[in-house]
Order: sequence, then structure tokens, then C-alpha cells
Amino acid sequence: MAAKTYQEVMERRNQIMKEAVGIDYDRFRRNELVFDYEKMMAEVGYQLDEIREIQGQTGVGKTPLLELKNLTAIARKLAPAGKGARIFIKDEASNPSGSFKARRASVSVYHAKKQGYSGVVAATSGNYGAAVASQAVMRGLDSIIVQEVYDSQGKGQPEILEKGRKCEAYGAEVLQLTVGPELFYTFLKVLEDTGFFNASLYTPFGIAGVETLGFEIISQLREEEGQDPAVIVCTNAGGGNLTGTARGINKAGAKETAVVGASVDLSGLHMASDRDFNRKSFTTGHTGFGIPFATWPDRADVPLNAARALRYMDRYVTVKQGEVFYITEALAQLEGMERGPAGNTSLAAAVALAQELDRDEIIVVQETEYTGAGKHPIPQLNFARENGVEIRRGDPEDEVPGKNIVIPEDPGQIKARDLDLKRIRLSYLNKALENSGLKELGREEVKFLAAEINLPVEKTRELLEENLEVEIRG
Amino acid sequence: MAEKIPAGRWVQIHDIELTAEERAPQVPEDTGRVPLEKWVKGFLQEAAEIGEEAEIETVIGNRYRGRLVDADPSYDHSFGKAIPELLQVGRELKEMLREGGGE
Repeated sequence: MAAKTYQEVMERRNQIMKEAVGIDYDRFRRNELVFDYEKMMAEVGYQLDEIREIQGQTGVGKTPLLELKNLTAIARKLAPAGKGARIFIKDEASNPSGSFKARRASVSVYHAKKQGYSGVVAATSGNYGAAVASQAVMRGLDSIIVQEVYDSQGKGQPEILEKGRKCEAYGAEVLQLTVGPELFYTFLKVLEDTGFFNASLYTPFGIAGVETLGFEIISQLREEEGQDPAVIVCTNAGGGNLTGTARGINKAGAKETAVVGASVDLSGLHMASDRDFNRKSFTTGHTGFGIPFATWPDRADVPLNAARALRYMDRYVTVKQGEVFYITEALAQLEGMERGPAGNTSLAAAVALAQELDRDEIIVVQETEYTGAGKHPIPQLNFARENGVEIRRGDPEDEVPGKNIVIPEDPGQIKARDLDLKRIRLSYLNKALENSGLKELGREEVKFLAAEINLPVEKTRELLEENLEVEIRG
Repeated sequence: MAEKIPAGRWVQIHDIELTAEERAPQVPEDTGRVPLEKWVKGFLQEAAEIGEEAEIETVIGNRYRGRLVDADPSYDHSFGKAIPELLQVGRELKEMLREGGGE
């Protein structure tokens, strides 16, 4: 039996990973820096038509796209004359497991089955666990979900406890852990012991599965409204939701549609901190994942992350926890749709962003998620209060993550606050150079980096030359 | 007195996955002071008391050992008390929609 200390298991990570996803990632690497992203997506992933077929077999996708007329009316009351785009929402909660994550799990589980694995494992405290468990049931595979649930006092985040329950409802084995990045260690041990498939969120299978979401939005709007959306807002955490959706939009040929990422602002809270763990009222869709993954995607549970949000982001905004709870309440009270808070992050942003757009334009919120005990504004706010976080109404600008949650007094206080994309791009470039160890870049390297940060080659070159110590040849 | 939980019962066990000393070097200071703990549910293999070492078989047939902590473990997460700070939101927005202007 292989040795099991933290260091020993981590040293075997590449071998364990290779066997558990069946992808030889080295095949796509050109050097320490450059890899062929599109080749990886094309060779490993499935084509859009195949994915639609695979998802059709398990009832995934083809979710309704609904117009939010009352929230649009509110946005128009707040907007300058002539402004206030129509707001639409893609009701992803109607997927079998209650979120868009069913798309992401569908292709992985299909592939695992095809490759002869007897089960799948996922490391996730989010909706993805239920999605993997649900898809596994449909394909006749076993599933194990590894979750980060408790602090050292054994106190669990209600949102995660609910997601664990849902995994168990679908017959998954659930390993519940306390806070810490060593979740990855446990995950590797499970992969090694079971020989199951790594249904990582970050493989090409997972990301390709989300492409249908972007593609469907464009097709539905063209058919029903005869136009493409001006903006699609994606709740952003690990980057896969945005990446997959944007790739689907591109495949539908919607060239004018801007892709905006939105995250809940949890600045100042450390994600691996035992103390901070239960001081946050969102366990996903927040900056604690969104910014680290945007600035360096290759921190995931696979050697090369297929979720690369910075490649596709036209803008990245944040909203406050209090704003998302407010808008979740508004969605129920004004539109008759009770949905989970985390998925409404992009809706809060959209209500603000709609006010910048013309009235004849369309802005799409590309997901909703199921709601229920634990995973709802009431338990999440009660939990926050129990953990010493002050809840009050006021100006959300005064919100300090971990200290208070400020529910707006007026919808006009909801803002989409722009993150500085230039800073995020520079941070990415810095990490890319640091990790590769390269001091000199040629044409191929600059071209790769330009694609990674979604800027033209010339602009990328300028950014590099002005801000980083690096030699550029050619 | 503690009663033995019979074999076959659905239970939860607890185990130390990594002691504080064995944890990853990069964890924040507060996290590094405490162990990484793990809970798993399954069917008890041999009768045992709460607090005793026990073996379980999970719903998919894997075996784990650990300290027995609960039988028929419950889901305690719920909704809880109404949130006063949210109760007026719907009324305020509906009032705004009824007002003239804007649209």
C-alpha cells in the first residue's frame, strides 16, 4: 500500500491525476509557459452537437429563458431617460440536480462511463456535488463527493450542509471535512484507493458541457426576440461557468455580446482560515475564488485548467452580500421565482448594468440555482447573525465582509462595481512569468499570453514591457 | 449507561485526517493549529457504543474506520427565524412599481 502522509500523497499527484482523468496534459504543452488551449479543448472535449446529444440523454439543458418584466421596470425607474435594458434569466434551476452544474457534470460522467470507470469523484462544496451524484445515478456509476463543511468547532455552513444532503439523496458517499486546502489531499487518496474517475470541475469535459448554456441563450433569443443580447452576466468563482458560456456564445456567432463576470465581494476574508470560514455568508460565486482563479487558473485539481475566465471576460464586477440577498428576495416577491442566493449574484449585477444599456437592448443573467433549507436568505442570514455578523438595512457601500451584511434600503443603491481588469491581467502575467521561470519571450509566448488575457498582441506586449522585467524578442 | 448501537444501523463516524503537525505548510496560522477532521456515514459493521472505534460500510460499499459519533445522523439545517431586514423588501418594490413616472 502506498504511503499516505500529506507530502507523500502530494508528490504522487501527477501520476494519480493522470490515471484518474485519462488525459496526458503534457501533450498540449509547448514549453514551460505555452500550451495549446484550443487543441486541448478540441481533442479531449466533445463537439457541441455530441454534447447536446449526451445532455439530452439525461435531461440536462434546454432550460427556459424568462423575461423579468418587473425587475426591468424597477431598473428603468432608476435609469436615466432612454436607458434600462430588458432583463432575461436562464432558469438553470430546472436542470435535474437544480443548477447549471448538471451541464458540467454530464460530459464527465458520460466520459467516465465510456472509459470503463466504475465511479466518479468530485471535490466540491457546491452544487457540483449534487450534479455529479445525479448524473452518476443516471449512468449507473457510483459517486464520492469530498466537501469542506465545518470549522474546528464542528459548526457547518448551512449552505454546504444542504448540498451534502442533496448528494446523499442521490446515493453519493459524502466525505465531510473541516476547513483547509488539504481537501485536495483527501481527494487524491480517494482517487488512488478507488480507481474512480476524477470528475474535476476543470477538465475540458466540464467546460465543454457548459458551452451549450451560452449557445442556448443565443439561439433562444434569436428565435423569440430576433436579437442577440448586449450583455450576458455570469456569476464567477472558479471561472468555468463564464468560460464555458462564453465559448458557447462564440460558437453561436454572437460577436457583439459582451461577457461580464460578477462575484460577491468577500475581500478581506481568508478562504482557508478556520476563523473566517463561518463569517462568510456565501460559499461560492465570490471573490475569494473568483480573483485567485482569474489571476492564476492553474491552481485547480488538474495540471492544466480548462476554465480560463480571463480569456473571455470583457468586464468583471463585484456586488455585496446584502445586495444579493435583497435581489433574491426581489426575484421571489416581484417575479414569482424563489431561487438560491449564490446563483443570483449575476442578477444583482444585471439590475445595475441594465441601467447603463438602452431600453431596446437585452441583458441576460445566465443561471439560477435551486433553493431550500440551509441554502436560502433566511438560514444564511440567521447563520451570519449567530456568528457575530451584524445584519442591518442601509447603504451596501458600508458593508465589510465578515463584520456586517447591509441590505439596501433602496434598489438604486445596488451597484456593479468594476474590478480593474488591467490589474488582474498584470497579476496573471506576473504569475505566468514567475511560474515558467522565463526571462525572455518570443513571438509565440506573447501570442499565448495575449490570448490568456484577452487583449491584442500589441497591447499585451506594451503591458509586459512597461510593467514586468522581461525581454521580448521578435 | 451507554447503549450499544446494533450492527447494520446507519451511523456517522469521525476521524482525524491529518493532525495539526501533519497539515499542509501553506495553511493560515489559525487553521494550522487544529487538525483536519473527517466525517463519513455508513452502515455499522459490528455493534459499538457512541465514542468507540467502529467500522462502517458506506452506501456504495467502501469501508472506513473511526470514532462512532451518531446513529441515524440528522439533517439539522433549516430556515430559522424570519429576517426582519428582508420583510419589507417586497412591499417597497411593489409600491415603487405602482408609483407613476419612469416606465
